[in-house]
Amino acid sequence: MSDYTPAEMMSVTAARALRNDDVCFVGIGMPSEACNLARLTHAPDLTLIYESGTLGTKPSVLPLSIGDGELCETAVTTVSVPEMFRYWLQGGRITKGFLGAAQLDRFGNINTTVVGDYHDPKVRLPGGGGAPEIATSCGEIYIVMRQSVRGFVEKIDFVTSLGHGSGPGDRERLGVTTKGPSLLVTDLCVWKPDPETREFTVVSIHPGVTRGEIEENTGWDVRYGAQVEETPAPGAQELEALRGLKARTEAAHAVPEKGEAAE
Amino acid sequence: MAEFLSLSEAVEGALADGDTVAMEGFTHLIPHAAGHEVIRQGRRDLTLVRMTPDIVYDQLIGMGCARRCVFSWGGNPGVGSLHRFRDAVQNGWPGPLEIEEHSHAAMANAYDAGAAGLPFALFRGYRGAELPKVNPAIKFITCPYTGEELACVPAIRADVAIVHAQKANRDGDVLFEGIVGVQKEAVLGAKRSVITVEEVVDDFGAVGPNAVILPKWTVGAIAAVPGGAHPSYAHGYYARDNGFYKAWDKISRERDTFESWIKQHVLAGGPEDFAKHAAAA
Repeated sequence: MSDYTPAEMMSVTAARALRNDDVCFVGIGMPSEACNLARLTHAPDLTLIYESGTLGTKPSVLPLSIGDGELCETAVTTVSVPEMFRYWLQGGRITKGFLGAAQLDRFGNINTTVVGDYHDPKVRLPGGGGAPEIATSCGEIYIVMRQSVRGFVEKIDFVTSLGHGSGPGDRERLGVTTKGPSLLVTDLCVWKPDPETREFTVVSIHPGVTRGEIEENTGWDVRYGAQVEETPAPGAQELEALRGLKARTEAAHAVPEKGEAAE
Repeated sequence: MAEFLSLSEAVEGALADGDTVAMEGFTHLIPHAAGHEVIRQGRRDLTLVRMTPDIVYDQLIGMGCARRCVFSWGGNPGVGSLHRFRDAVQNGWPGPLEIEEHSHAAMANAYDAGAAGLPFALFRGYRGAELPKVNPAIKFITCPYTGEELACVPAIRADVAIVHAQKANRDGDVLFEGIVGVQKEAVLGAKRSVITVEEVVDDFGAVGPNAVILPKWTVGAIAAVPGGAHPSYAHGYYARDNGFYKAWDKISRERDTFESWIKQHVLAGGPEDFAKHAAAA
């Protein structure tokens, strides 16, 4: 019945959570897609910051890397990377951080470092990059990722970035004064932390998705909020903006025809 | 003091087996041509320091140049894994690779401390994160004024910094524009430096008074290598070759395709091969 994909539903839902006056620290991939969609639809003045040092950037296509040239060309200003992390992130000037994860637990703790043991990993993932300090220095954290039992696990193999620790009071005990993960958007539903337990609970289910599907794709016992709503489906304008953005991006980053560029 | 050399002379004069080298450039201005030169010269046992190892260190690691890698994000941006890096960490191929892993904030601060001549960098970081459990270089210190616990990591002071920039003038001053990353800090914190540039000019022309310029007396060897950042990019000269970053996934996934690519494009090549990337823009 639907004329949109679960991935589009996820991006549109995440984009809607951003406000025009937000200052947002953007990761590559799904976060970047959602943030730029917000900027192209309801939040044209949204300030996007990429850790390469670009403040207030307005790319026309999604960058493949965190430091594509267009990010700098369209930015209000570009600062050095030490300044970015010292003055802007650590300085508390960023309201929202947008993160993804390879593994996530019910408290929003994130692993992007290793699957298996750190010293003898099954899979060596890229690592934390900016995330460990984004997770504690931004006003609050939005997480966007596809649901699967591999990704949504009872216990993550490595805590790359702090969420709500093991429950209420953990952030405060560690001297962290920011809110931490306040929203989790997936391809199936929307989760928010329970105000008391800090555990993610389902507050809104995407159209056509069942509770069974959510539970099959979650590695912990799913809890639901007192009121569970249906997520509004993507609107025509949102889908048009998202598809246009993705088409421009694909054209811009095409692999050369020969399949193998020179050195 | 700045000295104009060929790339091979510059790398040979600055870098020896066992050195700690920081080849910086945050996505932008990555010194790929210089990385190829290090491979051609067959350097061994290097400690490679870089926030994002990127393709440049994937190549050096895959060719067995490195003993150790200090880094904060080891992926192919927007594409996936760095397969040679991963093969070294997971399987010890072509040799074991020690890692010292940080966050970006830690490394950015550590470069800053290196440039400032401080022994360590101080920042509000790693709270609730597990890297301090597996990286003994990460420590915590109590602020003597407020009692706040803050993270610290050793300053980065490499034997050699290798970076790419847009321009040098004939005196040897070097101009960086665009995403300036940690290049200035890496050079100021290092004992020696090699800087490849797109071009050497009589005069920088109209640049703002706050332009990022390393004065000639802070610079070591300079080599003109047009296109030398490819497949990274040089703002104002040529764009990032995102297609190549995607293609690298396939080239580097298997050991034999990687080695044959290196043979053809690095071992049998030279810095002059990069000029076509600058010209194509």
